[in-house]
Amino acid sequence: MNFDRDNRRGFQWQDVDWEKFKDARPFFIWGVPLLLLAILAYTSIYTVEAESQAVVLRFGKYIKTVDPGLRFKLPFGMDQISVLPVKRQLKQEFGFETQGATNPTQYSSEQEQERSMVTGDLNAATVEWIIQYRIQDPKLFLFKVRNPGETLRDISESVMRTVVGDRTVDEVITVGRQEIELEALVQLQEIVDKYELGLSIDQVQLKNVNPPKPVQPSFNEVNQAEQEREKMINVANGEYNKVVPRASGEAEQKIQAAEGYALKRVNEAEGDVSRFTAVMTEFEKAPEVTKRRIYIETMRDVVPKLGRKIIIDEKASQILPLLQLPTDSQENQR
Amino acid sequence: MKQIATLVALAVLILITLVSFSSVYTVSETEQVIITQFGKPVGDPISEAGLQYKVPFIQEVTRIEKRILEWDGRPNEMPTKDKTYIVVDTFARWRIKDAKQFFLRLRDERSAQSRLDDILGSETRNAIAKHELIEVIRSTKDREPARDVSLAEAPGNIGVLYPITKGRAKIEDEIYNLAAGKLADFGIELLDVRFKRLNYNESVRQRIYERMISERQQIAERFRSEGAGEAAKIMGKSERDLLRIESEAYKKVQEIRGAADAKATEIYAEAYNKSPESVAFYEFMMTMESYQEMLDQKSTLILTTGSDIFRFLKNVDQEND
Repeated sequence: MNFDRDNRRGFQWQDVDWEKFKDARPFFIWGVPLLLLAILAYTSIYTVEAESQAVVLRFGKYIKTVDPGLRFKLPFGMDQISVLPVKRQLKQEFGFETQGATNPTQYSSEQEQERSMVTGDLNAATVEWIIQYRIQDPKLFLFKVRNPGETLRDISESVMRTVVGDRTVDEVITVGRQEIELEALVQLQEIVDKYELGLSIDQVQLKNVNPPKPVQPSFNEVNQAEQEREKMINVANGEYNKVVPRASGEAEQKIQAAEGYALKRVNEAEGDVSRFTAVMTEFEKAPEVTKRRIYIETMRDVVPKLGRKIIIDEKASQILPLLQLPTDSQENQR
Repeated sequence: MKQIATLVALAVLILITLVSFSSVYTVSETEQVIITQFGKPVGDPISEAGLQYKVPFIQEVTRIEKRILEWDGRPNEMPTKDKTYIVVDTFARWRIKDAKQFFLRLRDERSAQSRLDDILGSETRNAIAKHELIEVIRSTKDREPARDVSLAEAPGNIGVLYPITKGRAKIEDEIYNLAAGKLADFGIELLDVRFKRLNYNESVRQRIYERMISERQQIAERFRSEGAGEAAKIMGKSERDLLRIESEAYKKVQEIRGAADAKATEIYAEAYNKSPESVAFYEFMMTMESYQEMLDQKSTLILTTGSDIFRFLKNVDQEND
């Protein structure tokens, strides 16, 4: 058969060369039963991966749960197998998504609605979180609840809002995070058990927890103001430390100086007194002559230093007004 | 003849096959089955999984879900008792308990879902309208919130949980109790109703944001003013300490100096005041000393020959005077 451009009459049965198939006869004799056998084997053998368990249904009825390995079943749809990754930790994300999810219910398309919440002081917060869980009981997981993944998402949202609704916005954002995770885990597991979802919740983890976008700047402002407060106090303390210890030192200096003065004063007084006493002792021995000597010695000392000296007769004291005594101003003019 | 026998045998075989295919069916673990005969249910629903038998041809199999099913309500805007508009999204779990009743009244799941929409939707609306917003937000009546240490003294309602009388779980229960009875008529067992999401509607949200912003700014202002206050306190302390230190030093200095002066005075007085002679001598000595200090080149001294130092200028013998 060829489908050349020049020869377009298409496929015709009389063109088939049946002689060519004569050699295929042994294939029909041996090959068909072998093929059937292969199909039989293929439909009755299956493997269960190491991380999984398989649930076997015969005519729709639960027969058993089998562990990993090579397994056999009744063929042609009599036995049906559901393989579940019981050892794998599964994850659901709320309010955000990471790419490359393998779990069909890992994230939803309503992330904006998922993360916005109302807190117990009637404020708003955006909360993103994840839960990690495993299939604990394959039988319950498959037969008890339809859409267990979606159900788990609904419960998780409800629980998170219940927990956040009982807390203030500050607890949600800062101090209460760990408590929220714990509380949510406990409540979530409780409801999951009640629903018999066959799941065990390993962890509830808060991710980004923030005030709503329009409010965030004012939350930052509070932090800044707190820093500012610390800064102001530090600056004031710095100023204090700059001045006060120095003043203490200077005060100490003044006191030391005063003590020095005191010593000096007393010592000088004692010195003066010793000198006086010594001179006095000598004076008492010859008071008249000593007094005169001292007087004259002093005069001898003082008189030469004087600018003008006028000596007049004691009886001529009337000339005194005639003397031109220079005043201070005249002195300066000269 | 032999050919006819073969044909008959073949026909019987085909018949048996047909009959058996029509009388045997499987029931899965996840479903229950109602047998209908000309559209009418016959006998009890079958919920045992596995191979089951029925009368061939005239009886038909209707499969009904046995697992717990979900009802996820659409988010609805509704007012609370305090006239706040909120968006409420609820979900419920339910299960077909009486399959026959369910089949007769509703036939399929789709009509069940719409019945659930009606009943749960209106019960939710009623319950929300009867309660204040905080009642559906909070759950634990007497919970004491942990407070951020730095906000411990924040003014107003910051860090305070509003009080409730019932709480979320009780209101969910109220909805459940009212709806469960109505749904029982349809062969539906309602397992629970829960609020999935509760949120302010768009216009309310803007108001809430504004309030939050003003609250935060109030806290920020408080921090700043606290900072300024603390700083002023420290500056005041600094001034006080400075004045104290300086004045204490002054006081001490004066005391020390005063004591020293007193001591010196005492020493002098004791020595000079010993006798009338010593007083006179001291006076004389001090006068002499002060002459030396007082008189200098600028001074003009007029003395008469009567003075002690110059009296010999006139005559030597003074005795005659």
